[in-house]
Amino acid sequence: MSDGLRLTDVESFYGDFQALHGVSLALEPGQVLALIGANGAGKSTLLKSICGLASPERGRVEWNGRDITGWKGSATVALGIALVPEGRRLFKSLSVEENLVLGGQVGRKGPWTLKTIYELFPVLAEKRHQPSTSLSGGQQQMVSIGRALMSNPDLVLFDELSLGLAPIVIKDIYAQLPRITGQGMSAILVEQDVTRALGAASQFLCLAEGRVSLAGRPGEHSRDAISAAYFGT
Amino acid sequence: MDLVNIVLQGVLVGGLYALFAAGLSLIFGVMRLVNIAHGDLIVLAAYVAMEVVKLTGLHPLVSLIFVVPLMAAFGYALQRGILNRTLGGDLLPPLLVSFGLSVILQNGLLAVFTADSRKLDAGALETASVAFGGISIGILPALMFGAAVAVIAGLQFLFYRTALGRAFRATSDDAEIAELMGLDRAQVFGWAMALSLAVVAIAGVFLAIRSNFDPFMGPGRLIFGFEAVIIGGLGNLWGTLVGGVILGVGQGLGAAIDPGWQILAGHVAFLLILALKPRGLFPRIDG
Repeated sequence: MSDGLRLTDVESFYGDFQALHGVSLALEPGQVLALIGANGAGKSTLLKSICGLASPERGRVEWNGRDITGWKGSATVALGIALVPEGRRLFKSLSVEENLVLGGQVGRKGPWTLKTIYELFPVLAEKRHQPSTSLSGGQQQMVSIGRALMSNPDLVLFDELSLGLAPIVIKDIYAQLPRITGQGMSAILVEQDVTRALGAASQFLCLAEGRVSLAGRPGEHSRDAISAAYFGT
Repeated sequence: MDLVNIVLQGVLVGGLYALFAAGLSLIFGVMRLVNIAHGDLIVLAAYVAMEVVKLTGLHPLVSLIFVVPLMAAFGYALQRGILNRTLGGDLLPPLLVSFGLSVILQNGLLAVFTADSRKLDAGALETASVAFGGISIGILPALMFGAAVAVIAGLQFLFYRTALGRAFRATSDDAEIAELMGLDRAQVFGWAMALSLAVVAIAGVFLAIRSNFDPFMGPGRLIFGFEAVIIGGLGNLWGTLVGGVILGVGQGLGAAIDPGWQILAGHVAFLLILALKPRGLFPRIDG
């Protein structure tokens, strides 16, 4: 029995393509892991294998000591795993508030409610009844984060938080991250911007072509070692 | 005065067509399934009502308290047991399966109930009418239209004001992400089909009171339903009611010119609107 997330030799496919070749990792409660790697390294597939949108062919995914390998997404969310998907993927026929309410539908107890989400991102309170697609990219990302938090998760998977957003907006969103993860929640951060990801994380894992090429604490390895692992050289 | 009368009767019949169409529109909206068996399910509901009336001696309209839950349960089982297995990615497999289902339903009904045409007897209600000036309005057509308005208002409320409706819309938008909100797609689609067949039950009973029915009249009802949905614009429930009314009035005007033109005139009205506004009058769904 161990708390947190543990992956053992996970192999997953993206269609017919094997995206992960035996990836292992462990994440303690309250820790933030930066998951870095080039495009196509398998970062998104790894997140999907954890939250149940992809089912590993081999290997184990354990969450708080329980084997959740191959569980459906509708089941993992009830155990406290939430995803902020790449490209935000808001429900376009739902208003801002409906998106958030739907996120809280699983009914887990915790600090996050509509009220606390609106305190975190005040701009959303003003736009609560607007269609989610009428918001700017940054505001949509806030809705997507809020929607994930509404399930009061113990682990949040952030997939490409800053993709397509203006630098000033990215800075704002990252400024709120400590407030989010400060609640004892653990997080996995997938990010193109390696410096930013490493700055926000307590440990990192670098993927290259579906394999772990380097892992550890951000201060432990030199920039050169990390960039060599990143490009798989 | 004659013209006013024809249009009015057409509007009321349009209510029935909107009832045919509402369930079809709902299923397409939630799961992008074109249910070819929809018309046959309406006819199935008519036979179920006939059996319920035979067994209990209830008035056909009162029999709805049994027919609606029976059809809804059948819809849920049908979705979970068969249709869910065909959904995902390609549009063709579910279309073909629902086509096969249509053939099975027609022949199954033929085997059990023979090809004789039947009708449900609603007693005095069938001929009762009220007169306004020179125009008389049948109570039954008025009830039918009222039922259509109530059903569409109810669906509209359900879709935009309830948790179930939110689940329908979210799953329709992005089923994968909806899973991560705890919505099991198979379950949500099961509810949607149950709701669709609850509406089908109402349509089937009105159909059976209004005219004769036999095992093979499903495809014709499907066409009227399709036309009403397309005229109104995909995904717009009130549009579907307007579509039904346009179809009903078109048929009424055609029949007034020559009784043989009744059905044709409805199709012509449909084609005209399709030519002028290919996406229908009030489209909501893209693609």
